[in-house]
Amino acid sequence: MKRTLASAIIASHSGESAKEGDICNVKVDFAFANDITAPPAIKALKEMGASRVFDPKRCAVLPDHFTPNKDIASAQQVKLSRVFAKEQGMLYWEVGRVGVEHAFLPEQGQILPGEIVLGADSHTCTGGALGAFATGMGSTDLAAAWALGETWLRVPPTIKVNFEGTPPPWIVGKDLILALLGIVGTQGARYQAFEFHGAAVKALTMDDRFTISNMAVEGGAKAGIFVPDETMLKYAKERAVRPFNPIYPDEGANYARKVDIDTSVLKPLVAAPSSPANARPAEECSDVKIDQVFIGSCTNGRLTDIEMAAKVLKGRSVHDDVRLIVIPASYEVYNAALERGHIATFVKAGAAVCTPSCGPCLGGHLGILAEGEVCVSTSNRNFVGRMGHPKSALYLAGPLVAAASAVTGRVTDPREVLSSDELQSLKG
Amino acid sequence: MSEKLRGRAWVYGNDVDTDVIIPARYLVTSDPEELGRHCMEDLDPEFIKKMKPGDVVVGGENFGCGSSREHAPLALKSAGVSCVIAASFARIFFRNAINVGLPIFESSEAVNGISAGDEVEVDPSTGIIRNLSKGETYRATSYPPFLRHLIEVGGLVPYVRERLKEKEV
Repeated sequence: MKRTLASAIIASHSGESAKEGDICNVKVDFAFANDITAPPAIKALKEMGASRVFDPKRCAVLPDHFTPNKDIASAQQVKLSRVFAKEQGMLYWEVGRVGVEHAFLPEQGQILPGEIVLGADSHTCTGGALGAFATGMGSTDLAAAWALGETWLRVPPTIKVNFEGTPPPWIVGKDLILALLGIVGTQGARYQAFEFHGAAVKALTMDDRFTISNMAVEGGAKAGIFVPDETMLKYAKERAVRPFNPIYPDEGANYARKVDIDTSVLKPLVAAPSSPANARPAEECSDVKIDQVFIGSCTNGRLTDIEMAAKVLKGRSVHDDVRLIVIPASYEVYNAALERGHIATFVKAGAAVCTPSCGPCLGGHLGILAEGEVCVSTSNRNFVGRMGHPKSALYLAGPLVAAASAVTGRVTDPREVLSSDELQSLKG
Repeated sequence: MSEKLRGRAWVYGNDVDTDVIIPARYLVTSDPEELGRHCMEDLDPEFIKKMKPGDVVVGGENFGCGSSREHAPLALKSAGVSCVIAASFARIFFRNAINVGLPIFESSEAVNGISAGDEVEVDPSTGIIRNLSKGETYRATSYPPFLRHLIEVGGLVPYVRERLKEKEV
């Protein structure tokens, strides 16, 4: 049987034939929760009668959502999670040394090619950038994985996505995934997996790949997986905390659908309110005035993203009517940005730079929107009320569109702000 | 799951996401009662004021998309919603609903037939949905055998409890 990457990884973890549509019991390589999803998982684990997690070195809790604790209630949730993790001897990283889970765990070498990774967070699919079958679940499912070291998975049909051509320097990973979501819609990949191929993929940085895999779930997909290549394996080998075996799809595997995207003709995109699949060229939204810009999150808070935004803001100022909030997604990113002078660039431009956290992405804290306010955000969801008041609005975009919009005070294509020399020097 | 579920229908469209089912600002707790008080608040502020225990939520395609928060099916259940009927469910919500014991039924014909306010009765054991206001009957898609087994043993928590006992032996 010729296998897709999703089917091959599930088969390697189940000892079953793992045909598409089969429900398989699989071994789990790594399972984690955050400060919102850990407390219900801990409760469920106790109800299951499990006294220990299956392997404390493969189970983690990350305090990243409402941290540094935004109020007493969230402090209680973090405390409960921390006490449990310490009792179990599980992996736990404290505020000041942690990051947004889907940015931080790959940096720590905890998500590796060929693995099955579960997270009690929908954006766990980010791990697909490392050739892992990484998928989000709820707290009770996560508790079951902590207890048994196993879970059940239905082998998904796969959509093969070919990113072809050479993208211009101002086209980033976010533009690729917004273009894909614009084609498949919010449920075109429901119960399916994306597998990413094509000439443009080879040249993508790991950071761009994380952005793309991160938003697979916005198309309904349970995973968005890249095929291991030199770039991925180099990243993984430098960081891996345990041995791993990369897994590859078979030549001639059967795909449910194929989607071809020519990246050479893409324009900088936004997803207009209130759907991540509502893709439009940024230049067509240039009359939309904005109140806030957020650069950060598990989608676009990595070093390449921060660097891109800094290139736009260097020597420029944030528009008088705009609040620019920059949140590096981890301390590795924060430190690198500090050393390279990007943090100084942001502060001089008039931005507020915050400590790593999910922050405003899910309407938690550090930049909540009032009624009628509009924000350009590098995060992954622009649902009604996602970042605050139900009558606020979000345009999702990559770091270049976000930074350019912060300068002009309206949704802006970076080509409007940057000189041709600056545009050409965006990559490399 | 043999008792029939009955109530008035609250009808919504496609892509009802978990952020509108229970906004993240309330996720500083996982207390079901507190979550239930804010159920559907950002989509329909009238819902929680006017719904009665047993009422049925009807959605279109991709119900429960977005965040993995188990708080979403918990909020619906705790608010008193007897079940959700949708043309399709987002996969994480689907698993979560089964795990927290919120009955869910996939049926495009029911979604097409049911109007807001219709009196609906669902037989969980057969998946037969009756629209008492219109005198129509619809059928829900049946679950795969493994999921039927999971539901029969009482959900994922008892299932894991049994598996752990087997491992000890």
